[in-house]
Amino acid sequence: MATITVNKMVKEESHKAVENFSEKLEIEGRSLWADARRRFLSNKAAVASMIVLVAVTLLIIFGPMASQFTYDEIDWANMAAPPSMETGHFFGTDHLGRDLFVRTLEGGRISFMVGAMGALVAVIIGTIYGSMAGFLGGRIDNLMMRALEILQSFPFMFLVILMITFFGRSILLIFIAIGAVSWLDMARIVRGQTLSLKSKEFVEAAIISGASSTQIIFRHLIPNLLGIVVVYASLLVPGMILFESFLSFLGLGVQEPMTSWGALVNEGATSMEVAIWQLAFPTSFLVITLFCFNFIGDGLRDALDPKDR
Amino acid sequence: MFTFILKRIGVAIPTLFILVLLSFFLMQMAPGSPFTGDFNMPPEILANLEAKYHLDKPLWQQFAYYLKDLLHGDLGPSFKYKDYTVNELVAQSFPVSITIGALAFLFTVIMGVGLGTLAALRQNSWIDYTVMTFSMVGVVLPSFVIAPLMVLIFSISLKWLPAGGWNDGSWQNMVLPVAAMAILYVAAVARIMRSSMIETLNSNFIRTARAKGLPRRHIIFKHALKPALLPVVSYLGPAFVGIITGSVVIETVFGLPGIGQHFVNGALNRDYSLVLGLTIIIGSLTILFTAVVDILYGLIDPKIRVGG
Repeated sequence: MATITVNKMVKEESHKAVENFSEKLEIEGRSLWADARRRFLSNKAAVASMIVLVAVTLLIIFGPMASQFTYDEIDWANMAAPPSMETGHFFGTDHLGRDLFVRTLEGGRISFMVGAMGALVAVIIGTIYGSMAGFLGGRIDNLMMRALEILQSFPFMFLVILMITFFGRSILLIFIAIGAVSWLDMARIVRGQTLSLKSKEFVEAAIISGASSTQIIFRHLIPNLLGIVVVYASLLVPGMILFESFLSFLGLGVQEPMTSWGALVNEGATSMEVAIWQLAFPTSFLVITLFCFNFIGDGLRDALDPKDR
Repeated sequence: MFTFILKRIGVAIPTLFILVLLSFFLMQMAPGSPFTGDFNMPPEILANLEAKYHLDKPLWQQFAYYLKDLLHGDLGPSFKYKDYTVNELVAQSFPVSITIGALAFLFTVIMGVGLGTLAALRQNSWIDYTVMTFSMVGVVLPSFVIAPLMVLIFSISLKWLPAGGWNDGSWQNMVLPVAAMAILYVAAVARIMRSSMIETLNSNFIRTARAKGLPRRHIIFKHALKPALLPVVSYLGPAFVGIITGSVVIETVFGLPGIGQHFVNGALNRDYSLVLGLTIIIGSLTILFTAVVDILYGLIDPKIRVGG
């Protein structure tokens, strides 16, 4: 009798312990995102890049206000002047006497806009196209993928230059072009991911427990796709920035007096023998931004995409 | 294998056709006609001119005429360079571009594979770290930043090499453009080669070869190199496209009389027929090369043939 009571007590105690433990587990349990955040924050290069990128972004947004000049204003007294605090030209001026500090930041706005735009289009169109192809499967999937293959083997840069020839230079055209190219890889990746997710046990379980397909897509597929979408969107941004800079460098991008980093590098390259600062500042901004985006993209991939680890 | 090749060509041909179709209709959508310009032409002359270039016909017939000319290899007259046909301009500039491009491509493959293998064999040594740092920098820096920097260092500061010009293709004039064009892809190929070589060296058949007591050189060149090269081969298509695209920038920076310059000037001068012709030539080249690389890849790797 006594032993039974003791046994009971022990059992109760262990029950309590298990309960306690599971409660604690619940507190300590981490979601996919918390886990990812922790992994991302332990990646020093990615965190440093994040800080630098935030600084660059703030500078680009608020920097032009701190200067007494505008991007198209000509300072007749200081043409091709080196950087100096006294004249207020922190990065010097170009050969027309326009303030390079403001122009560099103004160019950065274009680059960031282009990058954001490319990522947005890729996320929206690429995710919809890819998940549709993957989810519907069969002949539709086959057809959609063939179309993608054809689009992908296009030499897009040349088609864009062709369009610029016909319709003249405009920032709108660049946006259209970037929108057209950016979603292709994303669609492919999302499709692959959807295909593999579709046959996972938890989707089967959802089907068995009677969830509708919209529920499955929104509750089960999309949250699981989100990680990979974020990773590839962030890896896409530097590519888009390069795309625009490439066109601007050739003089086919934004029009004067507006400017972008590519156009500034081009101007700087023509006068680098006499005025190195005209090349140095836009180039360093471009390169630092590209490095940061790459590091952040790599960090996000390591944090969110367990396959590559 | 045969069906695989057929399948791959089955993608390439519609792509080519769509490229031509798209380019042609983009031109049709462009505002204005080639003859609305500086002065008002008498309507009779305009009608004659339009008849000569088939502009009075319905659109699909115009396209048929254009396609017919294209299949005969006739790209039409240049709008900007009077008395020149696009064919003549291409014939002048193509050799320059192809020389630079082919050299850059060769340099990319040899240097990339070499550096990647070296880094893989001396994993985690200073050679490995140097190669990997270089390849990180090379992947991020765009060619239009590398090219001016190279000019600044090697031409202006050190005065070793000319800053630009073609000079009938003397080697001093080619070094910088080829290097600037290739460096990005050397970096990418080295990176791919390194990781695939490391993976191959860890596989079972290499262990067997080592257990048999084969000399190290024999293992690397006879056994490991071929499977390790596979991912590199699949990267050659994109690398080719990239080198061709990059050549536009490189030719602009170094002032080379190649196709890239015509491309940029044509776009700035709105020389429709020139840019259209060049787009079609480069587009076809790209599509063909990608198809050839894919087929080559299928030849080497049976898995692709069966799966794809």
